[in-house]
Amino acid sequence: MLDIAVAYNRYRFIGYEFLTWLWFAIERNPTLLQSPSGDSGSLSLGNRIVLENFTRDKTESITIKGDDPNVDAALLSLKNGALVTEINLVFKLNEQEWQFTLKGESFSITNLKTPQRGPVETLEDTEGAVLEQAFLLEQLLQYQDVLFNSFIHLRVSKEWGQTFIPEVKNWVSAP
Amino acid sequence: MGFLSATTSLTRYRVEGKLEDPVVDSVYSGLRPNTISDIDENVSENAAGWTSFREPFVPSFEGSNFCIGNYFLFSLRMDRKTIPSKVIQKYFAIEYAKKLKASGREFLSKNEKKMLKEHVISLLTLRIPATPNIYDLLWSYEDDSLWFFTNLKKPCEELETLFLTSFNLKLIRLFPYTMTEFFGGLTADEYETFINLAPTTLME
Repeated sequence: MLDIAVAYNRYRFIGYEFLTWLWFAIERNPTLLQSPSGDSGSLSLGNRIVLENFTRDKTESITIKGDDPNVDAALLSLKNGALVTEINLVFKLNEQEWQFTLKGESFSITNLKTPQRGPVETLEDTEGAVLEQAFLLEQLLQYQDVLFNSFIHLRVSKEWGQTFIPEVKNWVSAP
Repeated sequence: MGFLSATTSLTRYRVEGKLEDPVVDSVYSGLRPNTISDIDENVSENAAGWTSFREPFVPSFEGSNFCIGNYFLFSLRMDRKTIPSKVIQKYFAIEYAKKLKASGREFLSKNEKKMLKEHVISLLTLRIPATPNIYDLLWSYEDDSLWFFTNLKKPCEELETLFLTSFNLKLIRLFPYTMTEFFGGLTADEYETFINLAPTTLME
């Protein structure tokens, strides 16, 4: 295993490519987002997406915000070589909804809203709320792990360059 | 933005290693000596330590109150006294004038001014209560998994240090590389490809 600090910087692009793959899958190929068990729910773009272009001398950043964001500028940015560095997502499963922002380089999760839990009125309620919240978080993180697993297997396969990249290029070039 | 807040933030860790059985006693033994100490009545500017999730201002881990189901739930508390620079300036000016008057001199040396400023800061530190910041953590011992409910750099660094000191277990943050290492499930050939990957360019 590599030194953690070195590995963090060396492979941060993997996180950006993962988020870019997620966005592509949401927009163009939701079947990529299904877990093997088939009960993975649905994933959609939330209210924020950040792209950064590292291919030039200076890093360029573009942030699209809003409840129904117009992603044309983001697509143009992608076409110019940018990758998604941060994305707000909505995950729905069994009529429950999670919303959160995932950062590519660290996989840290911010602004996480879990489905509503029962009220906490007594000390005993706290224990139930803790277990319920842990279960809700577990469902989300397990799904994230399944998605990352699918992505990383694709990323190290020939399919990445032969199929996925051409599909993304077609997507961003589509009128 | 704690564990049960309507909106929260989360950093994921993998816990390396295991505790001695009985595990609950080992966790208690790690928490107890590293519980946060109150600094309101002394000159310390910072303090960090474990506290209980339910009563973060009256830290206690008695009765295994940190065990809920299969999880350990407790919090990192970081207290800090922040004295506004203008308050320091004000009290320094007052003490400076007093000292000149008492000594009958017209100015103080650079060294005397430095000592006076340190004295003023010590006095103010005693009078100002510390501001507490509480960050919850949920530790699933069986899964070697820990969720820390913040992304802030300082608390994360403090957590990693204090956790190692308390339990002699190392925390490894989960980010793209470590996620691939621990959970990628890659074959030896796939792993070799992964290690040598370079960024993809999507440019036309």
